[in-house]
Amino acid sequence: MLNIKLKFGLALAVSVALVAGCSNDKQEEKQKGVTGIDKNPFPSTYQKIESKPIVITNVTILDGIGGKIEAGEILLKDGVIVGVGKSVNAPSESIEIDGQGKWVTPGIIDNHSHLGVYPSPSTRSHSDGNEMTSPVTAEVWAEHSIWPQDPGFQRSLAGGVTSLQILPGSANLFGGRSVTVKNLPNRTIQDMKFPDAPYGIKMACGENPKRVYGAKGGPMTRMGNVAGYRQAWAQADEYRTKWADYTTELEAGGSPKRPTRDLNLDTLAGVLDGDIIVHMHCYRADDMGTMMDVMKEFNYKIGTFHHAVEAYKIADKLAENNVCSAMWADWWGFKMEAYDGIKENIPMVHAANACAIVHSDSDLGIQRLNQEAAKAWADGKRAGIDISQADAWQWLSANPAKSLGIFDKTGSLEAGKNADIVLWSTDPFSTYAQADKVFIDGAMVYDRSNPGSWPVSDFELGQIAEGDAK
Amino acid sequence: MSLFKKVTLASSIAIGLSLSASVLAENIAIVGAKIHTVSAAGVIDKGTVLIKDGRIQQIIEGTDLPSGYREVNAKGKVVTPGFIGAATSLGLVEVSSSAGTVDARVESHPISTVGAALDVQYALNNDSTLIPITRIEGFTSAATGLGSTEQLFLGQGAFITLATTYQPVMKARAFMKLSVGNSGADDNGGSRAALWVAINQSFDEAKFAKSYTMDPSQDWLGLTTMSDAKALIPVLDGKMPLVVNADRAADIMQVIALKKRYSGLNIILASGVEAWRVADELAKHNIPVILDPESNLPGAFDQIGATLENAARLQKAGVIVAIGMDTHNIRLATQHAGNAVANGLPHSAGIASLTINVAKMFGMDDQIGSLEPGKVADLVIWSGDPLEVTQTAEQVFIKGEQIDMTSRQTKLLDRYLNRDVKKPVGYTRP
Repeated sequence: MLNIKLKFGLALAVSVALVAGCSNDKQEEKQKGVTGIDKNPFPSTYQKIESKPIVITNVTILDGIGGKIEAGEILLKDGVIVGVGKSVNAPSESIEIDGQGKWVTPGIIDNHSHLGVYPSPSTRSHSDGNEMTSPVTAEVWAEHSIWPQDPGFQRSLAGGVTSLQILPGSANLFGGRSVTVKNLPNRTIQDMKFPDAPYGIKMACGENPKRVYGAKGGPMTRMGNVAGYRQAWAQADEYRTKWADYTTELEAGGSPKRPTRDLNLDTLAGVLDGDIIVHMHCYRADDMGTMMDVMKEFNYKIGTFHHAVEAYKIADKLAENNVCSAMWADWWGFKMEAYDGIKENIPMVHAANACAIVHSDSDLGIQRLNQEAAKAWADGKRAGIDISQADAWQWLSANPAKSLGIFDKTGSLEAGKNADIVLWSTDPFSTYAQADKVFIDGAMVYDRSNPGSWPVSDFELGQIAEGDAK
Repeated sequence: MSLFKKVTLASSIAIGLSLSASVLAENIAIVGAKIHTVSAAGVIDKGTVLIKDGRIQQIIEGTDLPSGYREVNAKGKVVTPGFIGAATSLGLVEVSSSAGTVDARVESHPISTVGAALDVQYALNNDSTLIPITRIEGFTSAATGLGSTEQLFLGQGAFITLATTYQPVMKARAFMKLSVGNSGADDNGGSRAALWVAINQSFDEAKFAKSYTMDPSQDWLGLTTMSDAKALIPVLDGKMPLVVNADRAADIMQVIALKKRYSGLNIILASGVEAWRVADELAKHNIPVILDPESNLPGAFDQIGATLENAARLQKAGVIVAIGMDTHNIRLATQHAGNAVANGLPHSAGIASLTINVAKMFGMDDQIGSLEPGKVADLVIWSGDPLEVTQTAEQVFIKGEQIDMTSRQTKLLDRYLNRDVKKPVGYTRP
């Protein structure tokens, strides 16, 4: 169960809000500003698949923001959700799918994946998730490591995952930028980048950095870790001031000396500017408590603690500081900082009005995140925390979308949002439920009943069991 | 009522026998549940289990029962035999990474050159927190063994009860472990070309050892140490099952060839990611498989054919399948089995994969694995279908004893659910 991927934490990356794929001069100039620095050098080339309108009828709908509709309808058209309710006005050319006995939910969003950076097969030549050469490597970007031919993408699609964040590992204090993608791998990574999604940065607390660097010049302790974060933020703050002064002077018509560009500090300054979202691997309650003070000291925002095995101990503080927790349902014990894991972690965080997220950090777990939510939901109920299924689905779509800065685009079944949805064979809180059909931007991208239509990665072509039931 | 008389007689005998054991001679009737007997009696929709002297006395249809039993109401619930962890390191590890001694991992030591002599029976910690955490989820016993030795064999495993006891071992030297996949090759010269010659040599030496005086006064220039060779003799004779990890179809065919070469071997295949491809051969040679049905990724070049339908395809071909490969979360084997069922395994085979099939593989089926008269009363009352992720074990019985359904995790839960906010947390004592 413990593969190398899970020994390291997760981090997310956020990006500067950009106009994807735009090439007109004005927009380019806006993007680069007076400094001439391109903040989006690897623009998304994602293209949605064209589809006729699709209407699913007579289906149980969880809208992902707390609503449940029995015998409802949902209409997908031109890539977006057009209507959700007891009935919708479907155009005559619509493809109609009878949802009798089935359930519709928003597509699952996993905000903690290492698909592509630690792909299958897991060979050394493919292990591109941890730049373990220095504890501070905010200059590296996960998207430059991702192998789009990782068969894990297709497996997770069959589990209802429509978007995911791919993070560097957790060996470093600052592991680098993460990237959010649509789960439609294609020839290049840019082809799957979620248009206009902000970047994230992966940071890591606790055991991993001190284990990796303890004998390599440090940090070798938790206090060394914290000194490392603080020193980096202090440098980033100075760097940011330097560039701000330079820009101001330039805009005033002066000819200031251009500061030296530092890619590491570029990313850190992006966090201080609020453009890049912090995703911080952190297990222990006390580690999280410390990091929330570092956050205040340097005036940045931690978007989400990842793993957060002890979030239940400080759920009130997490709510107060408005930091999400991305959690497993029941992983525990593989290292000391995971020793206090309990099965009620997720519902206890939810009950404290803090933002709770179900994440995978696993190429197997990502295939059945609905079951992870189901376990947490049922364990919470037995502990007296009664949450409706409709509310619990926020852990799988709305809250991860918020943590990634894409909730305005996806993560719930609301008119105008990306038509990223799953049709489940039955109540998705059951072990026996399967994703029958998965839609991304209004196109059916997975159909369990039609094996010939299943996507197959280049890696699996011409290999044993190509196109088999996976 | 003849049944009643039998009961009385049996209990008076039992009192005499059990005085030395413990206080468990309570007669219990679990009444009204849907019972998965995992035996020829099949599933009883509404029945009663009578427990006496720590053993299953009888399974009755309906809810009429003789007097003399403490009744446990299980109406609307589901009862199964206690689940059995098929491939674990329970009792051999507390925290795996950077947390001190882990008895599930062995480094080189002069007692053994090929790992066969290593024996976990001496290493078991019955106070491990994993044991209550696991048993309150419906697991009452387990096969436990080493996770790594970096040698040819992974030593001798034990079969243990998950009851609270200083003597958890139900069977010492219960199995020998071997890995012939990529990890086995990596630890043995980096190639199967070295690995398999070493395996053959080890068994040949064990064969020789049978008729040789195995004491330090004798010359012994084998690849194995004397302790290794001695440990392999019961394996050769089929008295100790040989659990062989292999995933690639070609490797599994080599395992079958091994069984032909040493015909006494009693082989259990473990992991078996591509086992479905040679399912008929496995069935023909009576080789059962322990697997993780969720392994559906080509994690390496010996797992390319991975599929979620592995368990279903093997079962269909007549192969006995057990599910459950984990330690800290072996409790999730119920979910794993449920996913195998979602992908074609019959539900009854899913329950069997956690109970009787495991017991059979390790030769424990005369004692556990099904609810039949005379077997040890390891059983579980579930809130519903145990393979459903939303259901849970409500009450577990081990050797007829109703166990305390708490663990370190339930204590942490209780502390933080009921924390006294006016005092430091250490003062909230659940």
